[in-house]
Amino acid sequence: MSVLVDRSTRVICQGFTGRQGTFHSEQMIAYGTNFVGGVTPGKGGQTHLDRPVFNTVAEAVAQEGAEASVIYVPARFAADAIIEAANAGIRLIVCITEGIPTLDMLKVKTHIRDMDCTLIGPNCPGIITPDECKIGIMPGHIHLRGRVGVISRSGTLTYEAVAQLTETGLGQSTCIGMGGDPIHGLDFVDALRLFEADDETEGVVLIGEIGGSDEEEAAAYIREHVTKPVVAFIAGATAPKGKRMGHAGAIISGGTGTAEAKFAALEAAGAYIERNPTLLGRRMAELLAAS
Amino acid sequence: MNIHEYQAKAVLKGFGVPVPEGAPAFSCEEAVRAARSLGGESWVVKAQIHAGGRGKAGGVRLCHSLDEVKEAAESLLGTTLVTHQTGPAGKQVRRLYVEQGLDIAREFYLALLVDRQQECISFMASPDGGMDIEQVAADTPERILHRPAGNKTAAEMAAFLGLEGAQAAAFIKLAGELHTAFQEKDASLIELNPLVLTGEGRLIALDAKMAFDDNALYRQPDIVALRDPDEEDPRETEAAQYGLNFIQLDGNIGCMVNGAGLAMATMDIIQLKGEKPANFLDVGGGVTVEAVTEAFRLLFTDDRVKAVLVNIFGGIVRCDIIAGGLLGAVKTHEMRVPVVMRLVGTHEDEGRKLIRDAELDVRWAHDLDEAAAMAAAAARSAS
Repeated sequence: MSVLVDRSTRVICQGFTGRQGTFHSEQMIAYGTNFVGGVTPGKGGQTHLDRPVFNTVAEAVAQEGAEASVIYVPARFAADAIIEAANAGIRLIVCITEGIPTLDMLKVKTHIRDMDCTLIGPNCPGIITPDECKIGIMPGHIHLRGRVGVISRSGTLTYEAVAQLTETGLGQSTCIGMGGDPIHGLDFVDALRLFEADDETEGVVLIGEIGGSDEEEAAAYIREHVTKPVVAFIAGATAPKGKRMGHAGAIISGGTGTAEAKFAALEAAGAYIERNPTLLGRRMAELLAAS
Repeated sequence: MNIHEYQAKAVLKGFGVPVPEGAPAFSCEEAVRAARSLGGESWVVKAQIHAGGRGKAGGVRLCHSLDEVKEAAESLLGTTLVTHQTGPAGKQVRRLYVEQGLDIAREFYLALLVDRQQECISFMASPDGGMDIEQVAADTPERILHRPAGNKTAAEMAAFLGLEGAQAAAFIKLAGELHTAFQEKDASLIELNPLVLTGEGRLIALDAKMAFDDNALYRQPDIVALRDPDEEDPRETEAAQYGLNFIQLDGNIGCMVNGAGLAMATMDIIQLKGEKPANFLDVGGGVTVEAVTEAFRLLFTDDRVKAVLVNIFGGIVRCDIIAGGLLGAVKTHEMRVPVVMRLVGTHEDEGRKLIRDAELDVRWAHDLDEAAAMAAAAARSAS
């Protein structure tokens, strides 16, 4: 088992024929993702990377049975792209695009609140179930099918943790990058719920960062509902207050959102805190060996 | 992006929000002229810097004559104000705002912000205006009302603040205007602290702060035009022109990383190894060779930097572009400090080959832990 995606997941790409869309679609196809086509308005009917191009997501759903979509369209059009995918009945929307205005994302979240779809991102690396399905921009070769679920607010820091889990031989069941924006889709609690219920997942690596209260909410959920070991790292312990550290969501405001507060909440909830981001794999290996 | 108080008031006035009569001034003469044309018997001279806490730091002066206005302007212009929001270095005062004095009966706190948890725009209101709201939240949280923006909320806030009748109606109108301004201008924060009730019963925004969503600036050209480069670190501004996320810090190890989370984690591990990062630098996803060249140039020209740590785990970023950037930078700038490189991911072999072929003296690390240890050791032996 895995969570959210597997080898049968029928994937399309919005922004298919653009530079980023093309590069990463090629990588996804090479990885073995069940990649059934793409959408670029005005280019419907063409073939790109040996896959059909559609004008709309609805056409891709009707003709190819698309159920997941990865979005690479520019920031100013990305909110509309998410809404189009949701309206077309896509059940898993993965938005890679960085720099979407916050108010646009508020509109998106209001629109999809009662719809039967999961949004991952925006401003995220995507989701991968090793050897089965890669939806996003993560380098596929660092992954190893295995026992640990990964959920993270960061992209590249996720790769760091993944490489460590691969090196220790533990591997990953599914890895999810939830993205660095303040208003986002799937969160730690959603992922923890999925990983707790997944037979293949024996432990979870959780990577948070300064800003907001997602980690505190994760801590509350872990305390009540998670029996599997969780190894947690929070990036930004050395970040100055009031400065936006790259991610729109990573800002310590008014003394809240600090790394220390998040470490403390997670530790109190029973998660295993690791302050050295290069030791996450080894820490998980020790915990799983002991259990 | 932040703007000055006088600019925020002008923006809000455009939406109907009542603000005191005032005029900006860049010299003593302008300050006196502004006071004279405003008329009245008292004026407030306010230092314009991008930080709160100006009152307590002496940056707001009440004056009862034009001579006092002149004295206040003279003593404020050019001085450095240190408030709880500026950091110990403080900020130099280059602009003033001169306003008519008001007869103040009551002071409130009113703010609009993006509530990340509830995923909506929210109001915060308190009858304890003019105080540090973080202190109010810590000491008397029951004196803050926090609600999603909407018509009902405005009425509830008016009652919470003890406003009735025409004053409540004026408050509800003002709350609606703030909400419109927030949405139309892509604000991330509007804060009136204080919003005052005058002796005559008028509601006026005595202070105003606005911050904007950087992601939305492309559709807010009139806000971008309000940018004050004096308030920003010149190196950060320069970096931003190349699409780099750069933040100056005070350590001795220059960092270049792809991804904000990994960049923060790299800073954290440098600290675990006993040294301090000189900067936060996320080269971002769609980075070009030119931008990476500029990034290396920023690191090589910072005298405090004793070692450079490059930590790339490529997803969108291609390692050959990073390598190409280093090659570009060394054409014009000597590699005067040790460069430790950890280069993994997309086009990794091409990137390593470019640097090897150029015979650059780069120290290669296998992983981040080793890279941080090598950079820390190099920085220590250099200082």
